Amino acid sequence: MYSRIVISAVLLAFGLSGPASAADSTEMLKKEVSALKRQNKLILDRLEAVMDVAEKSPSRKGASHTRLGGYGELHLNQLDNNRVGGSDKNEIDLHRLIVFLGHDFSKDIRFWSEIEIEHTKVDDEGGEVAIEQAYIEFDLAENLLARAGVVLVPVGIMNETHEPPTFYGVERNNVEKNIIPTTWREAGVSINGRSGALAYDVMLHSGLETSAADNYAIRDGRQSVRKAPADDFALTARVKWTGIAGLELSAAIQQQADITQGNDATAGSATLLETHLAWQTGPFTLRALYASWSLDGEGPAAVGADEQTGWYVEPSYKISPKFGVFARLSNWDNTVNSGADSETSQTDVGFNYWPHGDVVIKFDYQTQDAPEGSDEYDGINLGIGYQF
Amino acid sequence: MRFVIFVLLMATSAMSFAKGVYLSSEAFVKEVFAGTPPAPEMLWLTGKKREHAEQILQHRPASLRTRYWKKEQRTVWILEEVGKDKPITVGLVINRNKIERIRVLVFRESRGDEVRHDFFTNQFNQAGLTKDHRLTKKIDGITGATLSVRALTKLAALALYLHTEVSKENDAQ
Repeated sequence: MYSRIVISAVLLAFGLSGPASAADSTEMLKKEVSALKRQNKLILDRLEAVMDVAEKSPSRKGASHTRLGGYGELHLNQLDNNRVGGSDKNEIDLHRLIVFLGHDFSKDIRFWSEIEIEHTKVDDEGGEVAIEQAYIEFDLAENLLARAGVVLVPVGIMNETHEPPTFYGVERNNVEKNIIPTTWREAGVSINGRSGALAYDVMLHSGLETSAADNYAIRDGRQSVRKAPADDFALTARVKWTGIAGLELSAAIQQQADITQGNDATAGSATLLETHLAWQTGPFTLRALYASWSLDGEGPAAVGADEQTGWYVEPSYKISPKFGVFARLSNWDNTVNSGADSETSQTDVGFNYWPHGDVVIKFDYQTQDAPEGSDEYDGINLGIGYQF
Repeated sequence: MRFVIFVLLMATSAMSFAKGVYLSSEAFVKEVFAGTPPAPEMLWLTGKKREHAEQILQHRPASLRTRYWKKEQRTVWILEEVGKDKPITVGLVINRNKIERIRVLVFRESRGDEVRHDFFTNQFNQAGLTKDHRLTKKIDGITGATLSVRALTKLAALALYLHTEVSKENDAQ
C-alpha cells in the first residue's frame, strides 16, 4: 500500500499525468490515507484491548486471589565447643524452607498460612514439619482487623518478621530464641489496630506448657498447637509507636494463666514483659530488646526459673545499599535466681551482602561466655537466604 | 477479658471506611492540578525504558505502559508495586526532576501500613535520581515494614526515571 502511495506521489511530483489524471490520483491518495487511518485506529484499539486483558490477568503478582511466597536459609556452622569433652559443631544444614500460601475469599476476608520444613527431613535425628501460621483475617474497618487461627504472637522484633534478608546474623539471636521462643505461634483470636502512629494488638491464645523436667524453660514449653492442652489460656497485648521516620518503640505484656497447663501444682501463672526499639537513621540502624519472664510458684522458684531474662543490642551500618556490617551483644538466663552462674552472653560481628533485595549472603563470627559445664561455642557461621 | 472487650469497643467505634483505600487516583490527580488536570498521556515501556524500569524494580514491570499527567514541568504518576504479597497503589508528583510529593492511595497488605503516613512519605520530598537510578536521599526504613518501604522507594525511583524520559521525548519533539 505504501509503495502505491509513493508511486502516485512521484507521478504527481514530476507532472507526468494530465490535469484529469492528477485529480484522480489526488482522490485516490485521499482514499488511501483514509484507509490507512482506519487501519491504524483498528490496530490501536485492538492493542488497547489486549493490554487491558494482560494488565488484569490473575497471573500478575498480587492480582490473583490465591498467592504463593516463601523463604529459606542454608547455614554452615564451624564452631568449637569450649566445654571440656563437648562436641564441636561443624555442620551444614538447610535450616528451614518455608512456603507461604494465602487466599482472598473476598475483599475483606482472607486466609494466610506458613508451612515450614526444618533440616530437610523428619526422622529420629530431628527435623520438623510445622504449621507456623494458618489463620483467617477479617478487615473490620480501615485501621482494624481481626485474625482467628494459628497466629504469630505479637511480641519481640523477629517473631513476626524473620525472613533472612530482613535481619543480620546467620542464626537468629538467642534472646529471641530462649526468652521469646521465636517462631512463637499459638491458636487464638487477635485484634490488630492503629490510630495514627500508634498500633496496638490484643491476642487471646493458647498457653505454654513448661515442666519441672526442663527447669520450666520457656522454649521447651511451646506446644505448636499440636493436640495441645487447652486448660489455661494466655493474653498478650502490645503497643507500638512509629511516629518518627525510622524509629519504632514497642512494649508488650503477656499473662499466662498457668504455664504448666495444670500439670504442676507447684507452678502457676506467668508474666512476660518485653520492650524494644529499632531505630534507623541514614545508613545506621540500632536494634535493642529486653524481655523478662516472671513465673509464680514454688516449683520455678526452687530452680531459680521464677525469673528468666534476656537482652541484646545490635548496631549495624550499611556501607552501600548491598553491603552492611553489624555487631551484636546478647545476654540471656533461664534460671536467674538459681544462685549459680547460669547466664550466657554472646558477641557476634559480621556482614550481610544482598546481591538482590530478596537474596542475602551472610557471614559472622561468634564468641560465647557460658556457665561452667555448659556448651560454649566460638567460631564462624556462613549462610545464604532468600524470600519471595 | 474486660480489657479485651474494652479495646474492641474503643477500636471499632471510630471506624467507617473500607480498609486501605485512602484516595482515588482521579481525586489525587485533581488535587495536584487544583481541580483542572490535563488529559492523561500514555508512556510505553519499550526498549531501553523497559530495561531500566526492570533494573529499578528488580523485576519485570507488570505493565508495558503507564498513564501520566503532564503540565509544564510537573508530571503525575499512579504506580503500583507489591510489598509482601499485594500491590500498593501510590501517587507521585515529580517537579523539575525532583519528587514534590508521594501519597499512598491504596494499601492492601496486612502489615507495613506505616508507609502511608506523612512522617514516612515526607522523606522523599526533593529527592532526585542518580545516574545509576538510585534516590539522591537516604530513606529511613520501618522495622517490620521492610518490604513496603522498599516498594515505595522503588516507585519513587521509577517515577523520577519516567519523568526524565517524558521530558527527553518532549525536548526531542
